[in-house]
Amino acid sequence: MMIKLKINDQDVTVKEGSSILDAAKKLDIYIPTFCYDERIKGEGACRMCVVEQKGSNKLLASCAVPAENNMEIYTDSDAVIKARKDVLELTWASHPNECVVCDVNGDCKLQDYMYEYEMNPEPRFKGHKRTYEIDESNRFFYINQDKCILCGKCVRVCADLQGNEALGFNERGYQSFISFAFNTGMDKSNCVSCGNCVSSCPVGALVEKRRIKYKLSEVSRTTTTCPYCGVGCQFELLVKDNRVVQVEPLNVVPNEGLLCVKGKFAYKYINHPDRLTTPLIKENGTFREASWDEAYALIKEKFTKTKKTFGPSAFAGLASAKCTNEENYLFQKFMRKTVGTNNVDHCARLCHASTVSGLATTLGSGAMTNSIDEVKYNDVIFVTGSNTTETHPVIGSYMKQAMKNGAKLIVAEPRRIELAEIADVFIRIKPGTNVALFNAMMNVIYHEELYDKSFIQEKTENFDNFVKKIIDFTPEMGAKICGCNKQDIIDAARIYASGNKAAIYYAMGITQHSNGTNHVKSIANLALLCGNVGKESSGINPLRGQNNVQGSCDMGALPNNFPGYQKVYNDEARRKFEEHWGVTLDSNVGLSLPHIVNGAYNNVIKFLYIMGENPIVSDPDITHVKEALSNIEFLVVQDIFLTETAEYADVVLPASTYAEKDGTFTNTERRVQKVRKAVEPIGDSKPDGVIIQELMQLLDDHDTIMTAREVMDEIAELTPIYSGIDYDRIDKQGLQWPVLGKEHPGTKFLYKEKFGRGLGYFTPVDYMGAVETPDEEYPLTLTTGRVLYHFHTITMTGKNEEIQSIVPVNFIEINKKTARKYKLKDQGEAIVYSRRGETKAEVHITDKVGDDVVFMPFHFADGANMLTNTALDETCNIPELKVCAVEIKGK
Amino acid sequence: MYLSKKELNHFKKHIIPIYKQDRSPLMPVLQESQKLYGCVPVEMQELISTEFNVSTAKINGVVTFYSMFSLRPQGENVLGVCTGTACYVKGAKRLVDRVTEELNTPYGSTTEDGKFTLADTRCVGTCSKAPVIMVNDDIHGSVSSDDISKIINKYR
Repeated sequence: MMIKLKINDQDVTVKEGSSILDAAKKLDIYIPTFCYDERIKGEGACRMCVVEQKGSNKLLASCAVPAENNMEIYTDSDAVIKARKDVLELTWASHPNECVVCDVNGDCKLQDYMYEYEMNPEPRFKGHKRTYEIDESNRFFYINQDKCILCGKCVRVCADLQGNEALGFNERGYQSFISFAFNTGMDKSNCVSCGNCVSSCPVGALVEKRRIKYKLSEVSRTTTTCPYCGVGCQFELLVKDNRVVQVEPLNVVPNEGLLCVKGKFAYKYINHPDRLTTPLIKENGTFREASWDEAYALIKEKFTKTKKTFGPSAFAGLASAKCTNEENYLFQKFMRKTVGTNNVDHCARLCHASTVSGLATTLGSGAMTNSIDEVKYNDVIFVTGSNTTETHPVIGSYMKQAMKNGAKLIVAEPRRIELAEIADVFIRIKPGTNVALFNAMMNVIYHEELYDKSFIQEKTENFDNFVKKIIDFTPEMGAKICGCNKQDIIDAARIYASGNKAAIYYAMGITQHSNGTNHVKSIANLALLCGNVGKESSGINPLRGQNNVQGSCDMGALPNNFPGYQKVYNDEARRKFEEHWGVTLDSNVGLSLPHIVNGAYNNVIKFLYIMGENPIVSDPDITHVKEALSNIEFLVVQDIFLTETAEYADVVLPASTYAEKDGTFTNTERRVQKVRKAVEPIGDSKPDGVIIQELMQLLDDHDTIMTAREVMDEIAELTPIYSGIDYDRIDKQGLQWPVLGKEHPGTKFLYKEKFGRGLGYFTPVDYMGAVETPDEEYPLTLTTGRVLYHFHTITMTGKNEEIQSIVPVNFIEINKKTARKYKLKDQGEAIVYSRRGETKAEVHITDKVGDDVVFMPFHFADGANMLTNTALDETCNIPELKVCAVEIKGK
Repeated sequence: MYLSKKELNHFKKHIIPIYKQDRSPLMPVLQESQKLYGCVPVEMQELISTEFNVSTAKINGVVTFYSMFSLRPQGENVLGVCTGTACYVKGAKRLVDRVTEELNTPYGSTTEDGKFTLADTRCVGTCSKAPVIMVNDDIHGSVSSDDISKIINKYR
């Protein structure tokens, strides 16, 4: 129903439930506010937004009072102005009026309104001034209670949007103040330092600790895309003197003004003194600084010699999920056109290769079927193999928002992760037993006839063969393999099947197995069985780990695909690229990442070019990787820091960060978003795309250096799913592929009409355990993962002191019972070893993991990946990073 | 820690189940703790937070808002010098000084032996007897500084 009312004598019509403030906004009528936030239901706490209703002697808080028919509202009558001035006068009287030395001077609503309403800076009243100690215990921000105006916005942002409820009101009346529970300092609370309270504080109470002093008038602002996880949050970089000094979230898709600790605070690596600022050439085992000309000349010499002697198949290249789409496109073009090989891959091989292979064959393409925004409207959320609140924090917050709206949550994980604490059903499964769980769930759904018959009939195939696989796989059998309770499996099955908007969210816990493709196919079975895919807020959602891992796959930084998943062995596709690039291209599938490493080890690969990747930390069995890279004849590494991998290079080229270049990232929901240059390249560093093009000029007949915009035009021309994308169209908001033409609006969720491959394919999948299971010699199961504060191989997050101080060293999570067996003490040291190597780790005793299961983050150099197994999935070559058998040295 | 593991376990086993199905169990559960142990300390708030899935921030907000809850255990006797207007003009300040001196503990705290808690007290409604001292539910009127030790000794 629509509501008609008048504001300042102008007619306006709004939806029922809209506030008076919403209606005023529709008319572009300005109303001042402190506590109002358009993302949260208004509370009318600050009284700044009061308006007058004709015929009533009471002023209304416009943010909280719903618009009603026939209301006549005045937003700036004498009574309104007087009330607002009273609010300001009283607030000012209790405020330490030290604006000239305040961090947020010029960025403060109280200051703005004092000016706007021409208030007397000498307060008439002697207000109750508060004298709390400033709480500086959080590493990233401080809280100054004296400046707090108690509007409560931070409390509601933390509870309703972030979903943490770390902040609350304490005491009452004059004494009341905002604090973390028990007021023992912010660092003692469950605060995750997302900084969303800091971003929403209207005054100077919650403020980022500043290393560099700056005023708002001194900074330039550039809208860009976060370089960390696959959510692709939009924010502004605030820059003073070519230094990033702050990050401000934007209230747009996909993050709606939210960020996590990495996006908000971990930007200090950009201007870090350790950045590579000049090319380096290794001579007699040590690096010396060199000019670009020298470095290029050396590369040319080695390139020409290697190509002449061994041919293009002796070359391999690793592209980067951290670089832009344009740069990945150029990189694979460089490898395919200039070098002449399909030996190009990147670290997506290690994370979602099984998604790409498993979903492409069952549904059509390996990407999230839904949008991030749709998470909020799920009625059932099934999280498995994903620690969402730590790895994709904003999506984790949306899940919590959905739960506030009544959604049910099922979590199936080897660890009691944060989401497990609030789940309706939490199943702690043994690492790598997901397929047993899914088959058992599907057995329940089948026998209780909870499956979607008409969906299966109309939209899928191979159902009968599939049923044979699960018909006898009882929940008892599943429970035995997974090491869980049978009833939990039954409950989970019933809840998942009951959802109208049920969606599955998964990540590396599903994919990083030697039968990862089957894990993914099994998930597809579950969704197809219940008809929970191809609908808004209902689908299968692989959460991509890195900012542009979706994009680098899309761009064909893969040994079998041209951009847009067009196969190198498809003659038609290849001809198109041959015509456009004016060369003959190799029709053979190239080597995947593990085979490139093996190739280096076996002397097959002589020349390796690595752009922004760090295999010496990220790949399984580090000892093997180190030997391979030492063995290689010529290694070029292009990166922003001298990474562990760069140490092995013959030539290191200094690249620029995302903040120093233009381009696009494609986030996990397939949205192609702009990256914009905010600072000039540091030192002599150059954007990756420029370096690759300069090399193409040097080694090939590549003529001009194209801008990022021009590269995207070339991508659109050759890539059907990107064909409608250009920089003008995505300037304000990114588009979600497939974008099939300049008029095509992009695709919010996939498979609305039919699946990419036509019919959804049921794959009969048997449960197969991990290749390496515990035995007498190695009795513990190691599983790996990520933590909130660090990103990938720490190259970027580790350059932020505050972040580094939270998680400074490699650690191992172990439960009390298992720790007792090895006489390990909490915070003590453990030496963990497997058949491949050993590593040290700080002991964290916790009830997160089950008996005889241990967890280690993969972030640290010479850490978890010293131990992990290189066993590969045959279909997609993903290594079994999630499960291996280890032992701890008794101390 | 003001409560022992045993006390917390008892509360978890016998008190919390009574309120598990309630729609808004927070206030009655907090009152139970206050009644049983004379306080709702941090460890109790954490227990209630886990059991009822309510954030500690919210619980602590309620506990610190209402004066009937205290974070620390109260002494055996709660002694309050009324500092309402009438008592104040009749010399309550002197009584406050004397009480804190006599019990050797600052106002708002509890004596080391746990016998007395000095509680902030506003008008108790017996202004005709000002200045007034309240000990538990007893009212002592027209008190002079010299009466203090006699009153305190009565409750030792």
